[in-house]
Amino acid sequence: MNNVNENILQIIKSKFDHAIIESIEFRDELTITFQKEEIIEVCKFCKENADLDFNLLADLCGIDMYVPEKRLGVVYNLYSFNKRHRIRFKIFTEEENPIVPSVTSIWGTANWHEREAYDMYGIIFEGHPDLRRIYMPDEFEYYPLRKDFPLMGIPGSLELPKK
Amino acid sequence: MGKKEEYNKRKSKIIEVLESEQSTVTFDDPLEHEMTLNMGPQHPATHGVLRLLIKLDGETVLNTIPEIGYLHRGYEKLAENCTYHEYISHTDRLDYISPLSNNTAYVLAVEKLVGIEVPRRAQFIRTLISELARISSHLMFLGSLAMDIGALTVWMWSFREREKLYDIFEKITGARFTTSYTRIGGLAQDISSETISAIRKFICELPEKLSDCEKLLNKNLIFLERTDGVGIITKEQAIDLGLTGPSLRACAVEHDLRHANPYLIYNELDFDVPIYEGGDVLARYYVRMDEIKESLKIVRQIIDKIPAGEIKALRPKEALPNKPRIYTKMEEMIHDFMLINFGIQTPVGEVYHAVEAPKGELGFYINSKGEGHPWRLKIRSPSFVNLQSLPVMMKGAMISDVVAIIGSLDPIMGEADK
Repeated sequence: MNNVNENILQIIKSKFDHAIIESIEFRDELTITFQKEEIIEVCKFCKENADLDFNLLADLCGIDMYVPEKRLGVVYNLYSFNKRHRIRFKIFTEEENPIVPSVTSIWGTANWHEREAYDMYGIIFEGHPDLRRIYMPDEFEYYPLRKDFPLMGIPGSLELPKK
Repeated sequence: MGKKEEYNKRKSKIIEVLESEQSTVTFDDPLEHEMTLNMGPQHPATHGVLRLLIKLDGETVLNTIPEIGYLHRGYEKLAENCTYHEYISHTDRLDYISPLSNNTAYVLAVEKLVGIEVPRRAQFIRTLISELARISSHLMFLGSLAMDIGALTVWMWSFREREKLYDIFEKITGARFTTSYTRIGGLAQDISSETISAIRKFICELPEKLSDCEKLLNKNLIFLERTDGVGIITKEQAIDLGLTGPSLRACAVEHDLRHANPYLIYNELDFDVPIYEGGDVLARYYVRMDEIKESLKIVRQIIDKIPAGEIKALRPKEALPNKPRIYTKMEEMIHDFMLINFGIQTPVGEVYHAVEAPKGELGFYINSKGEGHPWRLKIRSPSFVNLQSLPVMMKGAMISDVVAIIGSLDPIMGEADK
């Protein structure tokens, strides 16, 4: 593990050792999987801690692992303008009732990203100010990026214009 | 009878007429009340299919709600169902104003996942095309912003230059618009010395043409009044909303991924990152104009220093073999067959690689389960994120400033809607 990542991991471990499920380094990128209940505290800590200083939420996206337990996940890619380092957080949730905490209170940019993850995977972000679909029409019933949604779409799921 | 009495009498008579039941005249003045204005999805100034719901008080914008998704084609779903090579051509259609930049960003992410080091010449050419794409994108920005504000001449002039650039793209890639030029492990084809001299000619001519455009705008009172102090966003708001690229640098944030986390050969090149402080439309215009000049500087350095050599890494399991060898050599034919039908061999893991695209941070997050196609591919598109700060910039602006603010943000809906 390279020095920067080692350092970041130690700082986070010192405070949130109980919440870390797994930490992996691949191609010099550190990925830490957390318990979903702790993600707000972790993000707040990482943004406010002077050594970490992750002030940009570069990206947030949903993911479908297609496994029986903890199927849906959320991936956070963070960046620091001042320290110029990156990190990735992951949390996982059940398919039934996929509720995860929203990080919109920490980074305003999470608003649309979380709407997209809701639109594509049906992940519900608790505490989001305006959680509605962003790409698909409001009356669409499915979540298109889930692995069980067919590539060609479901016939009749989108109303076509009348001739 | 005094004048005032006469006036009052006339006024009461008018009111009597207006208030009578037969009257068809109403007192409602639309400018005195709040109203909601729907702009788009088909509006020439929204640069595509952006729809805005604007709440107005008279002519002042109270609140804006951007609605996107009219160009949603499901490129992330498609990525999970085609091989890494097949997906290159889809990246053209993201930010269709600078496809070469997207091609480069995507293959860099895949190469990071697989662990390929591409030859020096290929790295030089990739940097070269990224910068040419930046110039073409900023010329488009210049033309469309000026046109939205009413300076039609600048649009004609900047598009004339862009046309020359597209001729160069045709020489490099064989296509003007949908280039699909990069390949995993290298490039589709080498560039000739003829093309390099065409590029050299172009970069020698552009500064003069650019200054012609600047002469029309920089001291133009109408342009300055329409842009100076319009659509302001502060540094803190910009960082909170994830704004990146030239729009962020117009808020006095010194952040450019080419400097901060150099990729390709940017650490060997000498260039500056233009920073402006206004955070308004004018500052965003200045940043982009300066960036064109910096890109020209980079292009000049590259074509002076470009080394000879291979343009494809020697990785037969990942990089597509050269066409003539496929037809003549058994080994290459087998590799080609395997690569086309089953895709490249990838390790299990996940990477996020971001580049400084003309609009901001363009990142690809790839989650691989070791198959020939990604398990999950997320496109972090700058236009999508940048559009989120539109309501902040619009608040308190006049209705006529709306087009200037959208133009200054330079959103491309193909990228925002994916």
